[in-house]
Amino acid sequence: MTGTPTQDQGREGTVLPQDWLLEVDAVSKRFPGVQALSDVQFRLRPGSVHALCGGNGAGKSTLVSILMGFTPRDGGSIRLRGREVRFSNSRQAMRAGMSIIQQELSSVLDLTVAENMYLGHEPRRGPFINWRLMNAGAGAVLDRLNFQISPTAKLRDLSLAERQLVEIAKALTHDADVIIMDEPTSAIGEAETERLFETIRLLTAEGKGVIYVSHRLSEIFTIADSYTVFRDGGYVESGAIADIDRRRLISLILGGELKDEFVKENTPTDDRMLEVRGMSRAGKFQDISISAHAGEIVGIFGLMGSGRSEFFDCLFGIDSADRGEVLVRGRPVRIASPADAMRHGMALVTEDRKETGLILTSSVNDNIAIASLPRVCRLGFVRRGREAHNVRRMVDYFQIRTPSVHQIVRNLSGGNQQKVVLGRWLLTDPDILLLDEPTRGIDVGSKREMYRFMSNFAREGKTVVMVSSELPEVLGMADRIVVFRDGRMAGTLSRAEASQDTVMHLAA
Amino acid sequence: MDPAVFNTYVRRFGIFIAFIVLCILASALNENFLSERNILNVLRQSSINAILAIGMTFVILTRGIDLSVGSVVALAGVVAASFATLSTQMMITDLFGVNIGDGPQPMLFAIGLGVMVGILCGAINGALVAYFSVPAFVVTLGMLSAARGATQLFTDGMPVPALSPDFRWIGTGEVLGVPSPVVILAVVFLICWVVLTQTRYGRYVYAVGGNEKSAKTSGVNTRLVILSVYMISGVLAALGGMILAARTGSALVQAGVAYELDAIAAVVIGGTSLAGGVGTLFGTLIGALIIGVVNNILQLEGVQAYYQLIIKGGIIVFAVLLDPSRRQRG
Repeated sequence: MTGTPTQDQGREGTVLPQDWLLEVDAVSKRFPGVQALSDVQFRLRPGSVHALCGGNGAGKSTLVSILMGFTPRDGGSIRLRGREVRFSNSRQAMRAGMSIIQQELSSVLDLTVAENMYLGHEPRRGPFINWRLMNAGAGAVLDRLNFQISPTAKLRDLSLAERQLVEIAKALTHDADVIIMDEPTSAIGEAETERLFETIRLLTAEGKGVIYVSHRLSEIFTIADSYTVFRDGGYVESGAIADIDRRRLISLILGGELKDEFVKENTPTDDRMLEVRGMSRAGKFQDISISAHAGEIVGIFGLMGSGRSEFFDCLFGIDSADRGEVLVRGRPVRIASPADAMRHGMALVTEDRKETGLILTSSVNDNIAIASLPRVCRLGFVRRGREAHNVRRMVDYFQIRTPSVHQIVRNLSGGNQQKVVLGRWLLTDPDILLLDEPTRGIDVGSKREMYRFMSNFAREGKTVVMVSSELPEVLGMADRIVVFRDGRMAGTLSRAEASQDTVMHLAA
Repeated sequence: MDPAVFNTYVRRFGIFIAFIVLCILASALNENFLSERNILNVLRQSSINAILAIGMTFVILTRGIDLSVGSVVALAGVVAASFATLSTQMMITDLFGVNIGDGPQPMLFAIGLGVMVGILCGAINGALVAYFSVPAFVVTLGMLSAARGATQLFTDGMPVPALSPDFRWIGTGEVLGVPSPVVILAVVFLICWVVLTQTRYGRYVYAVGGNEKSAKTSGVNTRLVILSVYMISGVLAALGGMILAARTGSALVQAGVAYELDAIAAVVIGGTSLAGGVGTLFGTLIGALIIGVVNNILQLEGVQAYYQLIIKGGIIVFAVLLDPSRRQRG
């Protein structure tokens, strides 16, 4: 499982131990208006896990899509097992032994788990699909991964996290030599991540190579053997993980020193801002009671399926709870819709930016303005001047990088999209900010800006309640940590009591 | 230029340029095309479809579809017309002892009833889509059949003839030389354009179509928005139905058959995405005019009616094919 190549040498005759599974040299790619990659190199050894690191726009995704044949390259060479390759579509890439776990879920919701996993390479008997073999094959892969998902379940009936697990399992049905994992854990919990890592270890023991793309540095230090850093479309450095520390890796990614990973300058007060008493929703979560004070950041930590997001949905009036009381500033309130929640000073940044957060087809302006429109309207008419002023204020405050406020939000990077959502909610002037996985899929630099925002928000005497499955983030930012397990509260820890061990002990 | 910005320009003005090119082509083909009489003729012939298409734009912006507009045209037509004939006006005078026989009141009463029919049909469509989560295609397909049946039931399959001259004005009258259907279209367009671009409600329509969950989370009453767009479509279909009856002089049971197809075509040619959230009323207006001009030039050139339908079908698909901003979006 170290960098030593193993038995994969049969195909090419005599292979020296130093031979590479995949070699990328001087590859460039230009999109209209941007040089996405210039002259980059990358090396992957058989039997190793190589982390591809970089901020948003560093060129990781471009390289990945060139490797998989989604995008043609402009120049340079790519050699797979020593042989020059140029894939013009992903089918060719997969035939040659490449496989990918994609960050953007590409599952077909109305097909079953097995159908999704074997999409495009269904086992056949004559002209017909061999269903028995397909379901058995899918079941075997899922078992090997120890994922509790039925091969015949419809994707639509699975949670986001489970769909991501299917995406992982799908990559393993190809028996590929090179497996690219693009943010494979962004939607799944700690336990699933651990199972994924076990599988990666099995794969590398068989001599396969894994290219691991993730913003989560702790994962990179857990699973990867070597790293390559890209910045602004160019190659920066590569080496062994054993020879680098977290701090230095961050500075390579950012191109400068990062003072601290987290920003935390708030102090909790004794004023109760939000109190939830005995909230339950059948089959989702039971008997949740939490309180959050002015000036406080409360972290909710729990594994996948622990009911965290469902709790937020009920608290914000998207779904209705079966039982429970909500008090804002000590007064009981009734929240039957998001409009009610907003009236009581709440704001919710949802877990999935694209699914529930942004209106991708609309402009930056319309996305930022939507929640606070009633404030800038007179007799139902939008007062454009006020609206534009507000939007400009948010674009400046969050330093949203966009050519114009009329840009369609789909074309922005993940970090900037997240800022658009934050801007939308900040304009509603909330006292209680509910954040569901606020830093998912955004780079180290943007994460720090997010932490600074949370800290400043709480410092003004307001309240943040954050759901996160990134333990370092919860430990770094929260004043109090509520741990969810199987839809129930497993315990509450103060900042002083909380550590990796105490939290995980409660959660698992 | 930034391709994203370029695409926005193409989306905004591309269809307008295509329309101008079509008009130049048409005037080169036939010298009568640009005559004042012919232009007014095209406008008058396009106006009912344009009014229907404006309502359809609201619905399609929310990611829905309204297949029932053709049948609502007929139902609202016969209901309004049956209260706009000379005999019913006398009957009302007898029954209620009030004489509403003179002046514009009877016409307004009849129009009011027609509008109510549109609101009702739209409300049923909208409620089923918004509150019972039945797919819009299915709900409005059902209404397409049901409203046509109600029309036949209402008149026992017979046309409603001999409409009063007051009522006929909305189809055949003129304001300063402009046919009244065109004037009504202009008013409808202006009101709807203001609603869609200048009001909070308009933003909500785009938001619901772009991402319903996001709109809901942002405090938008998404169900009410969805209900309302079908009501708008219903009212405008009713208006179209009354103009049609007034122009024909009698309300026919088979009026408006397949009108939904031209309305949807105008919306799609005009650049509105069937996936919701993207589109403009200006585009829809141009889309309706393109269909009108194509029909007109084929008639002027004496092309056989069968060919006209085939050519129109080709143009609808070709218009979408040519628009680069729409092909990637799907």
